[in-house]
Amino acid sequence: MIEAPVQEPRELNAEDAVRVELVSRTFATKHGQIQALAGMSLHARAHELVAVVGPSGCGKTTLLELICGLQKPDAGTVRAEPAALMPQRDLLLPWLSALDNACLALRARGVARDEARRTAAPWLERFGLQSFERTPPAELSGGMRQRVSFLRTLLAGKPVLALDEPFASLDAITRQEMQGWLGHVLESEPRTVILITHDVEEAVVLADRVVVMSPRPGRTVAEIEVALPRPRRRTDSMVVHLREQALSALGVES
Amino acid sequence: MRRVLRPLPAVLLLLALIGIWELYVDLKGQTFSLILASPHQVAKSLFTDRSLLWSSFLVTAREVLLGILVATVIGTAGAVGIHFSPTLRRATYPLMVASQAVPVPVFAPVLAFWLGFGILPKLVVVAIVSFFSIVVTLTAGLDAVDPDLIKLMRTFDASRLRTFRHVEFPSALPSLFAGAKIAVAVSVIGAVFAEWTGSNSGLGYVILVSGPQLLAARGVAATVILSLFAVALFAGLALLERFALPWAYRSAEVPA
Repeated sequence: MIEAPVQEPRELNAEDAVRVELVSRTFATKHGQIQALAGMSLHARAHELVAVVGPSGCGKTTLLELICGLQKPDAGTVRAEPAALMPQRDLLLPWLSALDNACLALRARGVARDEARRTAAPWLERFGLQSFERTPPAELSGGMRQRVSFLRTLLAGKPVLALDEPFASLDAITRQEMQGWLGHVLESEPRTVILITHDVEEAVVLADRVVVMSPRPGRTVAEIEVALPRPRRRTDSMVVHLREQALSALGVES
Repeated sequence: MRRVLRPLPAVLLLLALIGIWELYVDLKGQTFSLILASPHQVAKSLFTDRSLLWSSFLVTAREVLLGILVATVIGTAGAVGIHFSPTLRRATYPLMVASQAVPVPVFAPVLAFWLGFGILPKLVVVAIVSFFSIVVTLTAGLDAVDPDLIKLMRTFDASRLRTFRHVEFPSALPSLFAGAKIAVAVSVIGAVFAEWTGSNSGLGYVILVSGPQLLAARGVAATVILSLFAVALFAGLALLERFALPWAYRSAEVPA
């Protein structure tokens, strides 16, 4: 278990799929400059699930966009294998069926429609959505929409998945179901996952490592290794203990 | 309110306005009705002049429909061009706005000189007056596409063109319909003005000559038909949109 502020550049590790080192990022807005990140560091080994928790507005989304190559840091370095984003809102296209939404990443690469559908259809079945192939997103439940959105990102075929609070919009019961589901999927489809969340319990239940960020400007204040067997129960004493540890790193007394 | 009763307020208001109009013209007397026909005279004209009005309507309807079609094609191309090229936007936007301020009677004779007296100059006029609303609304629709969707497509390695094809253009289709709906009303006015210059057929021509011929009722009858035509076009577009873009209605509802 490591729990220490990570401020000095870490040694290069060939196994790392994602490496963010001492990154700073500042935005100019109408109301002056906003520094989103200041000396943020994070790394993820291949097939590791790293959860990033932090208070609202601490630059978590900026961090993901840096990892996905959508932004460039003002200082520091970001090195990452190709990453596909799963946005916070599901952002499914309302004019496409569930199947065609799942196909979007394939279509974006120029895969023909029929071939994309043939690739995506078995996945939809695996995700328990086989009878909803033709259903438009508006008629899917929140949990189904998140599954389609996740599948769309998965089918981008990138080694790194950048998940931005994927379950934040779901009700508590569906969220728990989806957390269990995600853990299950990643067992059979191992990927390097950066999971942004504001739910400390979700982070501890799902992640190999939890990175705790400071309020804006964001930087790493603690790193908590979660070396517990899966599936994990949220009532497990070690899970509870690590959750408390992460909460106290966030400055929340319980 | 029950569905069948929903148009009731509009119908009642229309009947009341027609009643006031009838009363007003009747009180003003015979001479005044040469300037403004009363509703019952208009109704009479709609019946007795029906074959002239019908054949004129066919002429104008063709000009309007083809003109809107041309405007939609050009307007769509223009909006797409503007969307892709900021330079094109800066270069053409001021000119397009300025062009909308030029009254049709100013340029219609020039078009007649160039293109003759057939349907072509009328199409051009209708297209000119109606393409602007299509360009503006479609450009706004393309600009308003969720930036997070664009980012998502970038992480999927989508090219600019594929992002446009799969995300931006479909997202903006409701805006295209909105622009076309606005274009419908102005296109009818455009067709009338186009017929005032170098034409001997169409409802605009009927309106133009009915005044000097002391047939005020026929002019109003032609106007009534034009208005109904605009309403029908608008309703037709709304129906088409509902059919072609069902998601634009559905997305307003949030699933539980």
